[in-house]
Amino acid sequence: MPTPLVVSEVAKSFTMHLRDGIKLPVVKDVNFSVTAGECAVLGGPSGVGKSSILKMLYGNYSVDSGQILITHGNVTVDIASADPRTVLNIRRDVIGYVSQFLRTVPRVSAMDVVAEPLLARGISQDEARERARALLEKLNLPERLWSLPPATFSGGEQQRVNIARGFITDHPLLLLDEPTASLDAANRAVVVDLIRAKKKAGTALLGIFHDQDVREEVADRIIDVSEFRAGKEAA
Amino acid sequence: MSDHPLLRVSAVTKFYGSRVGCRDVSFELWPGEVLAVVGESGSGKTTLLNAISTRLMPTSGTVEYCMRDGKFRDLYRMGEAERRFLMRTDWGFVHQNPADGLRMTVSAGANVGERLMAIGDRHYGNIRSSATQWLDRVEIEADRIDDQPRDFSGGMRQRLQIARNLVTGPRLVFMDEPTGGLDVSVQARLLDLMRGLVNDLGLAAIVVTHDLAVARLLSHRMMVMKDGNVIEHGLTDRVLDDPREPYTQLLVSSILQV
Repeated sequence: MPTPLVVSEVAKSFTMHLRDGIKLPVVKDVNFSVTAGECAVLGGPSGVGKSSILKMLYGNYSVDSGQILITHGNVTVDIASADPRTVLNIRRDVIGYVSQFLRTVPRVSAMDVVAEPLLARGISQDEARERARALLEKLNLPERLWSLPPATFSGGEQQRVNIARGFITDHPLLLLDEPTASLDAANRAVVVDLIRAKKKAGTALLGIFHDQDVREEVADRIIDVSEFRAGKEAA
Repeated sequence: MSDHPLLRVSAVTKFYGSRVGCRDVSFELWPGEVLAVVGESGSGKTTLLNAISTRLMPTSGTVEYCMRDGKFRDLYRMGEAERRFLMRTDWGFVHQNPADGLRMTVSAGANVGERLMAIGDRHYGNIRSSATQWLDRVEIEADRIDDQPRDFSGGMRQRLQIARNLVTGPRLVFMDEPTGGLDVSVQARLLDLMRGLVNDLGLAAIVVTHDLAVARLLSHRMMVMKDGNVIEHGLTDRVLDDPREPYTQLLVSSILQV
């Protein structure tokens, strides 16, 4: 079974230089992997470092030590030490990410926000829009909103745009940071279906779900992040 | 994806007498990549931009550019004529103050057309139709083509400057505080326009700005400068979400939330 993600001995801390250089340990000895076709879930209480782990995997946070190995084509790349250009290529080709909040750009319509990852991979505008339309429809986003920039949308509407943007590609690895947090039951069920379809298609998924029902429906196993908590023992 | 960079900057240093402008800056820029250079006033951003765009001879270091024939040339070893030709065709330079990059007393259409004439275009009808097309792309009404930029608003002037620079299909554009001095609604429109053009045309760009939101929106990679030195360099998301250096943390934490 292919394993598109292997995390090995990763440690992360923040140094707050504006607060007298105080060091905040986040996680250490993070070890896990995710195989194709499974949905692994990061578990543990708030503040334990779940989102930090996702952000390290996506390259938004730096890594103090350890390796994050991603399969890109037939080479293995360590995201922890890759240059920015490589990270951007991996984001385009390998790792999809549904963040908690949508970063909106003035004047760009919801439809184009969703279609953009396909355009970046060289798919034609017509096809990209067609697929964006299908997903937005599935996620019950009212059609009158499609041509509007999502800045003024409600939280749940923005989140659905974000989900569509993350699920539209066939990235081999998909990171989900609480994708169902502000959705109603009907739309949560749609997301569960989308996750199941991804699993069936062989995508490796790694997510954070505070919603227990959703977690139970999609999770193949739980990775307990509190085991990786740094600074637990008094040094 | 091409397998070599467009621009190779090695150990570029500029002294003004004994004062440091910028010190020992090295990086590579790849086709289609947008690099933001951020830092406070006086940190050496503009000095660096000028030194790599042949507008200011560095004290030491080299800047090499990959010409259209695929060969790297040292910019400061080219003849003046060759360098000027490069600047007029393969490069663009967008100034903070549009008056520095436009000719204020000739028409908008001529401002755009001039760059085409510089590369040998002589057919008036073609030049005018290209100019009209470009004005449309930067959202300037076609009926303003014969007006002079001094009759334009600040935002329109900046958009015209961008059209003038892009009409020759450059591969690399330098921008010095392109949204500085514009009010926020005009800024947003300009940013969105620039973002679209950069994506559609696959341009490489080096954007000097003190506005981190501009950097986030436009750039892939970011360099933070302080006192003439590059103190932090990386993926834009990484530098902004997880700043490492004390000064970068100060910059990021100073952004006002709206």
